[in-house]
Amino acid sequence: MGAEVSDIPWGLVLILLPLMGGMACFLWPRVTTMLGLVTVFGVALSVAGLGWQILENGVYRHAVGGWGAPLGIDLYADGLSLLMLTATALVGLGVSVYSAAYFRREDATRFWPLWLFLLAGLNALFLSADIFNLYVTLELMGLAAVALAALTGGKDALGGAMRYLLAALLGSLAYLLGVALLYHGFGTVDITLLGQRVESGPVLWAALGLMGAGLLLKTAVFPLHFWLPPAHASAPAPVSALLSALVVKASFYILLRLWLSIFGPLVGEEGVDTLLGLLGATAVLWGSVQALRQTRLKLLIAYSTVAQIGYLFLAFPLAAAAGVTAWHAVIYLAFSHALAKAAMFLVAGNLLRFGGHDRIADLDRVVQRLPLTTGAFALAGVSIMGLPPSGGFIGKWLLLEMALAQGRWDLVVVMILGGLLAAGYIFKVLGRAFTQAEVTHKSRAVPACMEWAALLLAIGAVLLGFLAVPVLSVVGIGDPFGVSGVRP
Amino acid sequence: MSAAFLYALVGMGLFSLGVYALIVHAHLLRKILAINVMGSGIFLVLVALARRTGEAQPDAVPHAMVITGIVVAISATALALTLMLKLAAETGCAELPDEKRE
Repeated sequence: MGAEVSDIPWGLVLILLPLMGGMACFLWPRVTTMLGLVTVFGVALSVAGLGWQILENGVYRHAVGGWGAPLGIDLYADGLSLLMLTATALVGLGVSVYSAAYFRREDATRFWPLWLFLLAGLNALFLSADIFNLYVTLELMGLAAVALAALTGGKDALGGAMRYLLAALLGSLAYLLGVALLYHGFGTVDITLLGQRVESGPVLWAALGLMGAGLLLKTAVFPLHFWLPPAHASAPAPVSALLSALVVKASFYILLRLWLSIFGPLVGEEGVDTLLGLLGATAVLWGSVQALRQTRLKLLIAYSTVAQIGYLFLAFPLAAAAGVTAWHAVIYLAFSHALAKAAMFLVAGNLLRFGGHDRIADLDRVVQRLPLTTGAFALAGVSIMGLPPSGGFIGKWLLLEMALAQGRWDLVVVMILGGLLAAGYIFKVLGRAFTQAEVTHKSRAVPACMEWAALLLAIGAVLLGFLAVPVLSVVGIGDPFGVSGVRP
Repeated sequence: MSAAFLYALVGMGLFSLGVYALIVHAHLLRKILAINVMGSGIFLVLVALARRTGEAQPDAVPHAMVITGIVVAISATALALTLMLKLAAETGCAELPDEKRE
């Protein structure tokens, strides 16, 4: 039995299963919700299978069709890929259970195939080992994400989706031009080979500029975040959860991979890391202040995403001296933000369903009427603010400790201010949940599985705070941070 | 070499023109066209640089990339055009709605 499980190419299953599931949804629209749920559970099981394989045998490698590089496509998964796949599967499960109750029949037939295609794109992205394949998966994911954002129709959603599409295409085309330059300069698209061959020069800097700008735009780092709040706030709640929790992380993952293997060792000392840190710090402050100013819950959560993405970039200037700890902090922040932010958007969806609006001022005692939902928001908030014992706390604590050890007081101040502002916008919502609104509205019942999905994701974000040792030891498989880690 | 280099330069020029047009024009059809011009510029760069080895046979990998890129560009354009039509039907004007609300 054991030998059979380890023989299955789980990486292929992870890509093919959601693709086929998505197409099956088009063929049998009557049972689309069930097909979707079964596929997502299958994907989660496959991630477990792949994880078992990686724990047993180390890094996973698969040459698709037996062709191998350079003409064929290699699938590759180390600890970092596995962690991103796990985050995708967990958020995917939560959002899928939620969506099964959220969408009406005609919306469900459009949501499920697109979500399964998005899942296929995400999985393929995390399993890619070459920069061109990363481009293709980035586009697969981006197109599915835009279509999902436009799902509800209407002026806001369509405008937000259009803006999102234009930004995404500009970003991925800049990335593609960078790929062309790197291939021309160093004769390969394989990330590991590129890491060995690259040398500093105009080609490398031009490629860094293009790919960096493209990926920063897709990751919505300040000042390139303009497309995110309208797109994320006008999409249906489960879609916002997927976009904020997973899609933004995927382009960040590519940036991290490229930085670790190709760019970081060569240009890290020449101020690029300082620039990234500066963008991150501005994003933390700007996003948090904007979040505090919002009157609508979904926009508040969307701006909170802008701020939390900023934290991920604070690690870059610290990594030169702190090495692998900085990347551990980033991984922790990304993982716990994925769970917590998905939970928050699902909560927003519950409140929208319950009261028919998401105005923060009119929340009207939801704490008594939807205790599970309010609990989910509070727990997710604990992780977003970085209070112990949550996943967000571990990440922010590691960052803070490094900044203190290196005497980077500017970053310390930014982190503390960011935490206080986050507390501000989360308690702004929670406070309103306890008070009575001046005008009462009619309310609709919220299905139990929608409440539980949000709560379980939020509990996951908190539980992550207790799992630091096993999670970080899994991430180290295959030494994804090796290149930067050896620098003293 | 020089001919290939010239083509690559033209490709870079097209890419830059596309970026400029994407930012400057308000009409969505022009923006979508601008993105296509950018894509064509990149494909030209890729095809031109495929001759970098200087041998009789050009490198096949960039050609494969261009084919893949064209497929992606077609799908993206189709999605963008559909969105534009929906938006125009909804708002009566094929431009991005104003950011400022409430």
